[in-house]
This record gives sequence, structure tokens and C-alpha cells, in this order.
Amino acid sequence: MTATLVETTYREALRAAIRQAMLQDERVFLMGEDVGDYGGCFAVSLGLLEEFGPERIRDTPLSESAFVGAGIGAAIGGMRPIVEIMTVNFSLLALDQIMNNAASLLHMSGGQFNVPLVIRMTTGAGRQLAAQHSHSLEGWYAHIPGLRILAPATLEDARGMLPTALRDPDPVLIFEHGSLYNMKGSLPDDAGAVDIDRAAVRREGADVTLITYGGTLGKTLEAAELLAADGISAEVIDLRTLRPLDDATFIGSVRRTHRAVVVDEGWRSGSLSAEISARIMEQALYDLEAPVARVCSAEVPMPYPKHLEDAALPQAATIAEAARRSMRPAAG
Amino acid sequence: MSKRTATVTAPPMPEAAHGLDLLRTMLLIRRFEETCAELYSAARIRGFVHLYVGEEAVATGVMSALGPDDAVLSTYREHGHALARGLPVDALMAEMFGKETGCSRGRGGSMHLFDKSRRFVGGNAVVAAGLPLAIGLALADKLQGRDRATVCFFGEGAAAEGEFHESLNLAALWRLPVLFCCENNLYAMGTAIAKEHAQPDIALRAESYGLAAWPVDGMDVLAVERAAQRAVEAIRGGAGPHLLELRTYRFRAHSMYDPDRYREKAEIERWKERDPIDALVASMRAAGQLDDAGLEALRDEVAGLVAAAVDAADQAPFEPVENLTRFITSEAGPEGGQR
Repeated sequence: MTATLVETTYREALRAAIRQAMLQDERVFLMGEDVGDYGGCFAVSLGLLEEFGPERIRDTPLSESAFVGAGIGAAIGGMRPIVEIMTVNFSLLALDQIMNNAASLLHMSGGQFNVPLVIRMTTGAGRQLAAQHSHSLEGWYAHIPGLRILAPATLEDARGMLPTALRDPDPVLIFEHGSLYNMKGSLPDDAGAVDIDRAAVRREGADVTLITYGGTLGKTLEAAELLAADGISAEVIDLRTLRPLDDATFIGSVRRTHRAVVVDEGWRSGSLSAEISARIMEQALYDLEAPVARVCSAEVPMPYPKHLEDAALPQAATIAEAARRSMRPAAG
Repeated sequence: MSKRTATVTAPPMPEAAHGLDLLRTMLLIRRFEETCAELYSAARIRGFVHLYVGEEAVATGVMSALGPDDAVLSTYREHGHALARGLPVDALMAEMFGKETGCSRGRGGSMHLFDKSRRFVGGNAVVAAGLPLAIGLALADKLQGRDRATVCFFGEGAAAEGEFHESLNLAALWRLPVLFCCENNLYAMGTAIAKEHAQPDIALRAESYGLAAWPVDGMDVLAVERAAQRAVEAIRGGAGPHLLELRTYRFRAHSMYDPDRYREKAEIERWKERDPIDALVASMRAAGQLDDAGLEALRDEVAGLVAAAVDAADQAPFEPVENLTRFITSEAGPEGGQR
């Protein structure tokens, strides 16, 4: 029997994943600011309070550190909590708990206390929300040993990463780019868990490898279209999992294309894009025909007006231009 | 002193055997700590070491009120909590030495003692960071219908942290089975309570969040035990979270690094007159429950335990360097097998 394709959105796919997890496992509950009566600040959990009740769809006060820490404690206590944080900027109020407890307890306790916790949060810019709601700090989290960092960029991953994350014995952070919630498409009606270990090739190509994840996947695929019009065949890699990085997939691609452009909505200095670039140098330097290029956000707190925000962010045109430059002989 | 709650009045003397148990625990803690000080001075153990000397009645009295299924969260000044919770002396001393036989396989050291089998969820060295964990452990118990209490220790310095306020609010809001134990030893490292808190009455502040809270003489192990029993009984009965402000004093400096410039010697001497071990010994003597020989036997017993633990720790192996990156992720892998 073949599955039927169903029209859905990124938001609905996330909701379906939460709902299914709640139905299948009584230990699972959702906790965060406005996840209940309000329906989630981005309406991801709309309707779940009515179905599962306030014990399992648990509204919290504005206490990021306490409710993230409570998620850690509940995970140690045998539950499988999903903690929602409104935006990555607010997650900094809970950074102590994420870093000093969730990521450290297993090692610090000599292997005794694992923390099977999933934290979901919104990340990224593009909605004119200015400098305290728009940053892409997932690269910071990807710096921390003990965490698994996911960035679903497709409907399939929005639907499938959560169930796999909930089976992980250790803390998993899921970064949902705010521009993706309304993304439409179709999924098989039996869509379910996906792997959370490997990067994916979203478009095959032979001339240059474009490496990205999350909210910039769409722009990068657009850039690949622009490049195709110029006769340049770009391969697009969606990292999917930012920690641990799946080196093999992007290194393998770079070995074939001999050129790489890293696209990251995070800032450039000390960033995930720097890490990927360094790994390419370490593992594939002699395969390169051009220096690794990077397209990142401008190093400014995200401005409010649309023209400045657009200018601050990676765009299809700037990505394509970086790829074209890397195609020129003696590029650099 | 909170105006609306009274200090629990002096309880009657317990049975001699129970009094001896309490005394043995306090003596063990004292001996362990004095030994740590010697070992530190001799550079045989390193890191930050925060001693519990003077505060023994707090851990001893509170732990005595708990059952084996209750959970305990501790701070970086946690040797006393761990010993009173029944963690083996050998495993604790080995942890001080950073050995594989330590209660955290040597990875934690003095500030991060863990024992899953005793639900001792570790020493948290970030002030107040254990309070949110206590909320979660208690929430898990509540959601799963388990009749257990979670006890969370912290100092009065933690009451200046946001997590203290966030956690007390959450505990009261969700009516969670948590006992907050504020060990008020009057100094947040070197900062006196009057220089840190506009309202230094911690119990009063807890009450303002809707918790039942009261101050307790933390130098009197029987008063601590009775207060903890009363609180834990109420918590188990569904009365919601409680806070005990255990008024105590550390006789030694904040850590082995601390030159202790911020306290008057006379103040320390005054508090030493209220030594919790001396106080219990005096009460037991007065009740005819203890004589010189009995006390000497207890001292010898704990000294022997600690000395043996030092020898064992000294002999124990270090974890092989090849194991450095173990326990970054769980070795068991995902639930239900491979991804």
C-alpha cells in the first residue's frame, strides 16, 4: 500500500510530531511559555492543550532558566520533556542550565546521570523583529560537547527529527527557523522518524558545493538555480545536524566538486561556518581548486527596517556571486 | 527572623541509639573535612575544596528525615551532604583524589559528587543552578504519581540569583513536593548577608511566594531533624513546597584558597561556642546517653573509616587517559536500538 501525500506546513508537521509523541509515550510532555492557552507563540502547539490537558501541555511563567532546568530535572526523573523556548535570543537566559547542567551532567557524574531532554526554539531573521528576536546562535550551541544540535529545513525533517530526538538518551536542541513555519508542501500521511546523524544532498551538482542548513537552505537552492542558468552545476548540502557534524557528506562532495561555499545565517567570526571551513582545510585541502568561501550575516545586531535586514542576511544573489567567484581561475 | 513563623522549639531527646547515629554522622563529616584540609595542605588533593565544618547539623538533620527514594540536590560545599546521605566514605575520598573509584569516577572532584543509587543528584557549583533541577525532579514525581520528596540545598547567597525566585515561584505555582533547604551561613563567599540582601530574612521571602517556610537553628541537629521531618511529612501529604532557612555558620574559610579577611576572629569564636557536635554531646551526656568512653569510641570509629578511605584512595587507579572522552554521550545509545 502506498502512502497518500497530504498537504501540510512546517508548523503543522512539527505539531503532528509532538502530537504523535504524546500519544505514543506517556512520559512525553511539552512545557514552555504560552504553549497552552495561547497555542504556542508561533502556533505550533495550537489545539494540543485541548487534547492532552494542562499537565502535559504545560504553560510556564517567564522563567527560562527555571523551566529549562526543570526540563533537565524531569528528564533525570524519568520523563521525556519537550521544552519550547520562544526564540534563541531568550535561550540565553537559560544558557547556564543548557551548558552547565544539560550538557555536563553525564560526564561530570562519571556516566551516571544522562539527560534525555529535547529543547525546541525559534531561530533566525527575516521577519523584521530587530536585534533581540532575530539572531542565529545555533552555532554557539554547536560548540558545546554533550549536546546534539538539529536544524530541520524541510517538512520531512520538521516531522521526523523530533521522534528520533526523543529516543536520544542525551540532550537535543532543535532550531526552527522562524521563516519556515508557513512553508507549504506535502508529506506522506505515514511520515515519521528520520535520522539525526547525517547531512543530506538536497541538489546534486558537479562544479561547486554549497553547504548550508535551516533557514538558508531555500535561498541556497535558489542560488543553485541562478548558477544553473550560468551553466554552473552546484551541489547543495543541508547539514541537518550541526553537532556532531557529518563531515563525510560535505567533505565527500567537496572532493568531487573541488570548491566550497559555506552559507550560514550566523555571524562569520568564530562561527559554525569557520568550523566547516577549517574541517575542509584539514581533510580536503589538496582537493580544492579555490579557497573556501563563506556567506554569513553581516556582523551587526539585526536591524529592523527591511532593506537593512535584507542587506545583513545571506541572499540567493550573494550566495550565487560567491560561488561564481570561486569558479574563476586563481580565485581568491 | 520571620515574624509569622516561629523557630521550632527544642525537641525532646531521641532514643540513645538514634542520637548516636546523628553524632556519628556529624563526627564523620568533621573528621572527613579535617582530613581534606590536611590533604589539601599537603597538596595530595587539589581543585576548589569547600569545607562543611560547623554546618554538620544541617546535612545530618535533614538527611535523617528522608527516605531512600527521595532525591537530593547539593552545592559545591557538599561533602557533608554526601556523607549524611550515606555515600560511601571510600568513594567520596577517592573522588577527592580524582580516582576511578570515586563516586563520579574522579571526573567531578570535591564540587561534583554524584550517586544515582542514592538519588544524590550532585553538587552544583553554579550558585542556585540546582533549584530548577529540583523543580523538574519533583515535577516528574508528580506527573508519575510517585510519593517522593526532592530536597535542594543552597546557601543564602543563592537567594540573590534569579533562579531562586523563578524556582520558588514555580514550585508554589505547581504545588511541587520540594523541600528547599537554605543553609544561611551569613556569608556568600566573603560578602556578609547585610551587604547582599535588602531583606535578609530568607524564610520571609519564601513565604511571599506562597511557600511554607520557617527559620531553624542550624546548629542544633535535633531541631533541624524535627523541622525537616515536619516539612517532609507535609510535602508528602500534598501541602506543596516548603523552605527551611537553616541558620548556621562555617568555622573554616570559604574554600582552601580563602584567607578569611572579611570576618572578625571574635565572631568565629562566638559561633564555635555553639559547635553542633559539642551541643549534641552535651545534651546526650546530660541525658545519660553518652560518656567519655562512648564518645572516644565514636571518634576512633570515624577516624578509622576516614584513614582507611585515604589509604584506599591513595592505592586506587586513575581512570586511563584513553577514557577521557567517555560519557560525553550515553554509551547505551538511543532507546529502542539503533537510529
